[in-house]
Amino acid sequence: MGLATFIGGVHPYEGKELSESKPVQSLMPKGDLVFPMSQGIGAPANPLVKKGDRVLAGQKIGEAGGFISANAICSVSGTVKAIEPRRVASGGMVNSIVVENDGAYETIEGLGTDRDPSTLSKQEIRDIVKEAGIVGMGGAGFPTNVKLSPKDENAIEYILINGAECEPYLTSDYRCMVEMPEKVVGGLKVILQLFDKAKGVIGVENNKPEAIKILKDLVKDEPRIEVCELLTKYPQGGERSLIYAVTGRKVNSSMLPADAGCIVDNIATVIAIYDAVCKTTPLIERVFTVTGDAIADPRNFRVKIGTNTQELIEAAGGFKNEPEKVISGGPMMGFAMFDLDVPIIKTNGSVLCLTKDEVAANAETPCIRCGKCVSVCPSHIVPVLMMDAALKNDCERFEKLNGMECMECGSCTFTCPAKRPLTQAFKEMRKTVAANRRKKG
Amino acid sequence: MDKLLNVSSSPHVRSHDTTRGIMLDVVIAMLPAAAFGVFHFGVNALLVIIATCVSCILSEYIYEKAMHKPITISDGSALVTGMILALNMPPEIPVWIPFLGGIFAIIIVKQLYGGLGQNFMNPALAARCFLLLSFASYMNDFTAPAIGFDSISGATPLAVMRNGGTVDLGSLLIGQIPGTIGEVSVIALLIGGIYLIVRKVISPKIPLIYIGTVAVFTFVFGGFDIYYTLCEICAGGLVFGAFFMATDYVTSPITPLGQTVFGVVLGLFTGVFRMWGASPEGVSYAIILSNLLVPMIERVTLPKAFGREGK
Repeated sequence: MGLATFIGGVHPYEGKELSESKPVQSLMPKGDLVFPMSQGIGAPANPLVKKGDRVLAGQKIGEAGGFISANAICSVSGTVKAIEPRRVASGGMVNSIVVENDGAYETIEGLGTDRDPSTLSKQEIRDIVKEAGIVGMGGAGFPTNVKLSPKDENAIEYILINGAECEPYLTSDYRCMVEMPEKVVGGLKVILQLFDKAKGVIGVENNKPEAIKILKDLVKDEPRIEVCELLTKYPQGGERSLIYAVTGRKVNSSMLPADAGCIVDNIATVIAIYDAVCKTTPLIERVFTVTGDAIADPRNFRVKIGTNTQELIEAAGGFKNEPEKVISGGPMMGFAMFDLDVPIIKTNGSVLCLTKDEVAANAETPCIRCGKCVSVCPSHIVPVLMMDAALKNDCERFEKLNGMECMECGSCTFTCPAKRPLTQAFKEMRKTVAANRRKKG
Repeated sequence: MDKLLNVSSSPHVRSHDTTRGIMLDVVIAMLPAAAFGVFHFGVNALLVIIATCVSCILSEYIYEKAMHKPITISDGSALVTGMILALNMPPEIPVWIPFLGGIFAIIIVKQLYGGLGQNFMNPALAARCFLLLSFASYMNDFTAPAIGFDSISGATPLAVMRNGGTVDLGSLLIGQIPGTIGEVSVIALLIGGIYLIVRKVISPKIPLIYIGTVAVFTFVFGGFDIYYTLCEICAGGLVFGAFFMATDYVTSPITPLGQTVFGVVLGLFTGVFRMWGASPEGVSYAIILSNLLVPMIERVTLPKAFGREGK
């Protein structure tokens, strides 16, 4: 029998050998730290401090501004220098609290205290996760406490921990699984405590045999937890692909994973849950990969949220070659950055510095209707026809072709021999269609 | 940093496949059949190949130059058209006819409809059919001098079989028969076809379904004769057409189910034309006719989106 997987997908160059063997190192920030009030989906947080205030590591400095919103937590001790719009990795300006680091790392009282989760009620656990400011750290940034509070908790049958890390180059989740597997399993157990009917499955791609071995060893006596070995194929770690691979259930764009009885959290998020619940430590740091062929010494760091990206690049030896493109995230779905003076936020797992921009190097040519985009699409839609609709700005046709099922994974664009910017056009169309739907009400 | 960083929408990496690389692979895959044709039929076959390739590339260049369009001859698609057209020519044809065919293929069938990717018929095949109608006597003259083998007669195996004669399957496989330059050697064609499949340029789906349908059709309507069925498969342009012309990206369906339907339709047309048509050949007409059905086939075979199969 073959390994669990989905239908479609591509095999980009993995590039993980650059940093996969580098143990996680703690990096203490030197410069100012910047805490954007919006570090995920939903309403921005409201600042709780003002200029000149002294703040401590672990202190809540931004209060969630709504139901779908998350607290902002300070990761160092120091003084609030300014509250002003600052640029983030995805390109926009976001209102942010700027903290001058005093280098003392003085923490709030009780930070780091051990706590036994079995003494906590379900509501207490959800409140701790909410207070800790945890959001989905794989990139989406959906508030985790909301995800952990579905309408019917008895309908949840699977807690899926996404250890696929299918994006090329990224190794932060891998290092976490290898170096702190007990946190992964511990965090999963906390989540399982919330869902009596659920079983936990950690999905890992088979290009990480060591992580699979370590995790399997660790859960061999856990009746409710298993490790699922996944075929290495992008986008195996896409939420819908993962759910299908592990459970055989299908989730479309108008469903939540909970509608299929699943909750999916990534490795970094489940570690954050463990730290918050079992170690009384809110989300103030994360594991982060600095990599790419332009970086002198690609590495994995444990980094304080709010640290400047430039500091990380310097800590990895700086540039050995001049980069042509710097990407926040992975090469398939990350954001190209035009400015490196941006803070690391909760959803950033890596910065990838490439000496060659393959997009600029490959000029677009006419479509030859080879159909490769159709065969790789994990949503089983027809990118080539969607592109025709997009070029004519025909939203109706785009919707009819199930364009809204596109997950913007980029597989079609990666594989296209004519090098057409398919995903880019689909992002625009999807935004327009979604805006039109909202207008209609 | 001295220079600005590049910014673009994701994904930021691209596969190594290019249009040019694919076209080159197709040309390489046709080389065994072309080489066999030249070896088998002699120097005029080589002249025909050169004539169509030059004619196609030159037509594309002159048209694009005249229309102030970007010159695209380096993408290799005109060369592919030239090769396919050449391999579809009788070996002793005067070279001006294939040269004219190349002009027709590129200007009329490809460029006037918008160039690469826009034509709705396979340009080389449309040109062949144009030549068949315009220069019927030249195009149906398969009297070739015997080179390499000594058993070449004027009638193609399909014509022999239609008239109740029998042919030798071994000769068909090797190519020791009269026919067009590139269609005679099944073995040479299969080498090229397997190369394309291994290089993932084509999927074996359309060729296998096409040939399979012809086999079933011939078996049922040809008197349940396995030897006759095998000879029908190996004779004429079927293997060449199935691997090199029916799989043309531009003129075959992009939907997975559509490709299956396309293969069956091709097989049925070919079977009908061969069995009851005016000429014992049927592959060229079957393919260009099926090309015309592609938009309709695609429309009714759109795949169901993931998670929306029920609706």
